[in-house]
Amino acid sequence: MKILVAIKQVPVRDSQLKIAPSGQWIDETDLAYEINEPDAYALEEGLQLKEKHGGEVVVLCAGPARAGQAIREALAKGADRAIHIEQDMNALDPLAAARVLAAAIRSESPDLVLTGLQSDDLGSGQTGVILAELLGLPHAGIVMEVEALDASVRVKREWEGGWFQHVELPLPALLTIQSGIRKLRYATLMGIRKARAKEIRIVTPEAPSGEPSLVAGRIYLPPQTKQTQIFEGPDAVAKLVEKLRFEARVL
Amino acid sequence: MSVLAVLEQRAGQWNRMSFETLAAAQQIARELNVPAAAAVLGRGLDALSSELGAFQLDRVYAVEHELLRDYTPDGYAAALRQLIGRVTPRLVLFPHSYQVRDYLPKLAASLGRAAVTDAISHRVENGRPLFVRQLFQGRLNADMRFVGNPPWFASLQAGAYRADQAVAGTAPVERFEPQIDAGQVRAKPGQPFRESQRAIDLSAAQIIVAVGRGIREAANIPLAQELAFALGAELAASRPICDAGWLPMERQVGSSGQTVAPKLYLALGISGAIQHLVGMKGSRTVVAINKDRAAPIFEAADYGIVGDLFQVAPELTAAICKLKPAG
Repeated sequence: MKILVAIKQVPVRDSQLKIAPSGQWIDETDLAYEINEPDAYALEEGLQLKEKHGGEVVVLCAGPARAGQAIREALAKGADRAIHIEQDMNALDPLAAARVLAAAIRSESPDLVLTGLQSDDLGSGQTGVILAELLGLPHAGIVMEVEALDASVRVKREWEGGWFQHVELPLPALLTIQSGIRKLRYATLMGIRKARAKEIRIVTPEAPSGEPSLVAGRIYLPPQTKQTQIFEGPDAVAKLVEKLRFEARVL
Repeated sequence: MSVLAVLEQRAGQWNRMSFETLAAAQQIARELNVPAAAAVLGRGLDALSSELGAFQLDRVYAVEHELLRDYTPDGYAAALRQLIGRVTPRLVLFPHSYQVRDYLPKLAASLGRAAVTDAISHRVENGRPLFVRQLFQGRLNADMRFVGNPPWFASLQAGAYRADQAVAGTAPVERFEPQIDAGQVRAKPGQPFRESQRAIDLSAAQIIVAVGRGIREAANIPLAQELAFALGAELAASRPICDAGWLPMERQVGSSGQTVAPKLYLALGISGAIQHLVGMKGSRTVVAINKDRAAPIFEAADYGIVGDLFQVAPELTAAICKLKPAG
């Protein structure tokens, strides 16, 4: 089975974010980056499917040169080769971004395309589902388990409030993977060494086809809607207990 | 050129967010000076669509087809594409449910558009709606503008609009039967199921102590347990803690877990991703303990301590025990 996993590189969770002077994006200086968490689970699922059924795992990542680090990590964890679309994607709307990825996926004709269900930075949760539409593939979203059958996959997908559902899809298909569904592997020293010999194909995208349908205006800190009383320092606990007893009256 | 609200039902039961979307559609339609309409998809929709007939709407569309009995992205996208062709709405609104996440991006893309997902508010600028959405798990907001021609698409975050603001009235119900071919629907869905009977009903708890990633490892869970014991509270957790197996899934609070409304909710090391917040924002008093002052949980909190939970939690446990020496 040929499995393509689309990953994104995002700022490390809980980074201290500053808005860039342009007001359009965050200040990227001094930020550390990592593989978007749901995408790391998509990669893990892809690697486990390959280990069980054979085949190949191709990693696709669109982003500026720094995204090479996320790609090398994916190769060190066991992906066979990678495609790096060298382009800053943040200014693109979800459809334009998916068009860039779809062009690269078409030339690979994978049996299964995996993505994380959403990114930790933009959080639109659209890339995978739009990709399925652009590629003409059936899809299932928020997937917890994947079972590969002969010419299809049977997945367990999640609904709200603790509900689940099994869905069967003919291959080729696309799945968006939920976070936390397996234990993530670490790259081994051997894996890191082997990754150096693996192919990373750098692709420069053509200009995205079609007009954008969304533009992002300025970004800003959420306005305070609730009066939060914050306590810090050595007597913080004492102050909190007093407030809970005499103001909120919950103790 | 209406504002069309696409509402959600499963097996004849409304998704509660549907009426938030309906209220939003009415409000935005008023602001744009266009009519509001609502649609519901499925099979056997008489009861549900007549319920919608009791709201102030230009029209209610009951989109009926045997292939819409069970949800599939192919079936829903095909049906809505046809409905949109017939109704030609300016703006189409959806609840940001798990189902909508699964088909809205596909529907919009098939019409050459991108949707604004998980919007928290809107305003009208130059006759066009503008939606605000969150970035970086709620740490920043962004204004999203539609460019190009309608229809425009947006899904609304749970709780962003109030269902009780929906205006009553009367609306004619129109049955709309889309053309869907069985061969178009590629997914074979099974029946939805629940994994286990819920042994723990957190929704009845008066006090809840909830732990998040900040607890760092399973060995630290007793810190939260001791605090919960001192407070006579139920112990709960955000999703990553349950995924890691440090607490059972049935103690998870959030969109994929339980929805709670205790009189006191104490969040220990929870950053406050929206998926968690939707499960606990009905709590009367919220206390957040987190080392990161920028964590969105403080936005939802009445009281906060910015500090190291490994120091604060035991200190708080001791202070509570002193109040209630008998336990």
